[in-house]
Amino acid sequence: MQTNPNFFKSIFNGRNAVIAIPYIWLLLLFLLPFIYVLKISFAETIYARPPYSSLLIWGDSWLPSIKASFDNYLFLFSDSLYIKAYLSSLKIAFISTILTLIIGYSIAYSVARAPTRWRGILLMLVILPFWTSFLIRVYAWIGILKTEGLLNLALMSIGIIEKPLMIMNTDLAVYIGIVYSYLPFMILPLYANLEKMDMSLLEAAADLGCRPFKTFWTVTVPLSLSGIIAGCFLVFIPVMGEFVIPDLLGGSETLMIGKVLWTEFFYNRDWPVASAVAILLLAILVVPIMLYQRSQEKAIS
Amino acid sequence: MKKFGSFNIFSLIVGFSFLYIPIILLILFSFNESRLVTVWGGFSTKWYGELLQNQGIKDAAWVTIKVAFVSSTIATILGTIAGLVMTRFGNFKGRTLFSGMIYAPMVMPEVIIGLSTLLMFVALAIDRGIFTVTLAHITFSMCYVAVVVQSRMSSYDDSLTEAALDLGCTPFRTFILITLPIILPAVISGWLLSFTLSLDDLVIASFTSGPGSTTLPMKIYSMVRLGVTPEINAVSTILVGVVTLGVITASLIGRRQKQQILKTQHT
Repeated sequence: MQTNPNFFKSIFNGRNAVIAIPYIWLLLLFLLPFIYVLKISFAETIYARPPYSSLLIWGDSWLPSIKASFDNYLFLFSDSLYIKAYLSSLKIAFISTILTLIIGYSIAYSVARAPTRWRGILLMLVILPFWTSFLIRVYAWIGILKTEGLLNLALMSIGIIEKPLMIMNTDLAVYIGIVYSYLPFMILPLYANLEKMDMSLLEAAADLGCRPFKTFWTVTVPLSLSGIIAGCFLVFIPVMGEFVIPDLLGGSETLMIGKVLWTEFFYNRDWPVASAVAILLLAILVVPIMLYQRSQEKAIS
Repeated sequence: MKKFGSFNIFSLIVGFSFLYIPIILLILFSFNESRLVTVWGGFSTKWYGELLQNQGIKDAAWVTIKVAFVSSTIATILGTIAGLVMTRFGNFKGRTLFSGMIYAPMVMPEVIIGLSTLLMFVALAIDRGIFTVTLAHITFSMCYVAVVVQSRMSSYDDSLTEAALDLGCTPFRTFILITLPIILPAVISGWLLSFTLSLDDLVIASFTSGPGSTTLPMKIYSMVRLGVTPEINAVSTILVGVVTLGVITASLIGRRQKQQILKTQHT
């Protein structure tokens, strides 16, 4: 059979070459790794380097036999720790997304309503912490929240409390850390949306006798829905797998799946179970991630 | 209608206090004489001096700067191409997968990216070190660059590019002479964003680095686990200062560019 030379020419033209450069990079370094995680999640832990068994066994016959086991997944469902960690991550991610939305919306709304000459500088003040190291911002809260920390010292010296508040190493500290760290991710899409809003619609509602609070709920909020959705995805999805915040601010009771994965990998050196934990987390997040991608593509076009 | 009321002022004051007080306290206590982080013992810069003596921190800082410089440069090139592909190449085969691979790394939990990238390096018997951290950083940074470039590309008029192509300019020359100067502010801020993302990353670096390639965030993390010390405050303050300077420079470049465009339009 003879191949048409034009066929190759059409594939290897300049246009496709340009597409291929970033495409192949992402295929090799973003997508391909997941195949290895999936593969190793079916392997067994062994004392060797690397610490997992091979799925293909080359015996005497010319065909390898496949030795895959679902033991790691069965293990995740048999030990209540893992189920609890997934549920607790969902709860923490959900509550902190709502909290971030409420606080982020009032800031984004106020920046968007500020006089035009202030907006640039206010927006930059929102973005600046987002550029600063995540780890450092979480660390800053340790000095404030711990038992002999600055918050307790301040409150006790004013005389509001007599005994120090126990905030450090509780879920409350984790919520504070998450809201603080993810606030800019919520404010930016909301601001982009609120700033473009047609003010005449609000004036029309006011002229027709609608009260400000009702105008807000029936006009402003529905119009900013795409910003709300984008902001919530940007907070909810990464918080589900958050490791640094529960590790540094949370206590021993704070269960989050990102921390469990880290422990399995770095402390227990159980790579197959860590892989199974990652695959299940990915399964939970794949729908939100696809919805986020679709909302972003819509916004661009 | 009242546009900017007391509620707005209140929420801005509370919001910005919440965002900035922790960072200001962190910086303040880096100049504290006392070893106790919560008791003020007078002004001193001794923790910065101590930092200069700490070989572990200096080594980690050097590794981090090298990784951040190389990864942000390559990520900017790849990300700019990706942004171009997303906006100017129409519907090609596999576009949905491509845009999925651009958007997913931005929200994907870092533990998943770190673990998966590491497992691939191990399976392919690639030794872990500066090289593997750099590869991992390029991959997630290029997605941010792609999105920044893409939003700039979709907001400018394509007629200049078309005119150049009609007059017989090759696509590559058109890109260098017309497109690149227009999107340059986005490319520069993409580079700065990649640089800081790489500078900040703890989780992905922890998975993909090997012996001898401890990055600064990894070093800080291991110090934080042992407790709060003024030394950590000092190194954090330096990092915050570097990033703040970078962001302000970037915004000044952007503003200047805008003014130049306005000027040329008026003459």
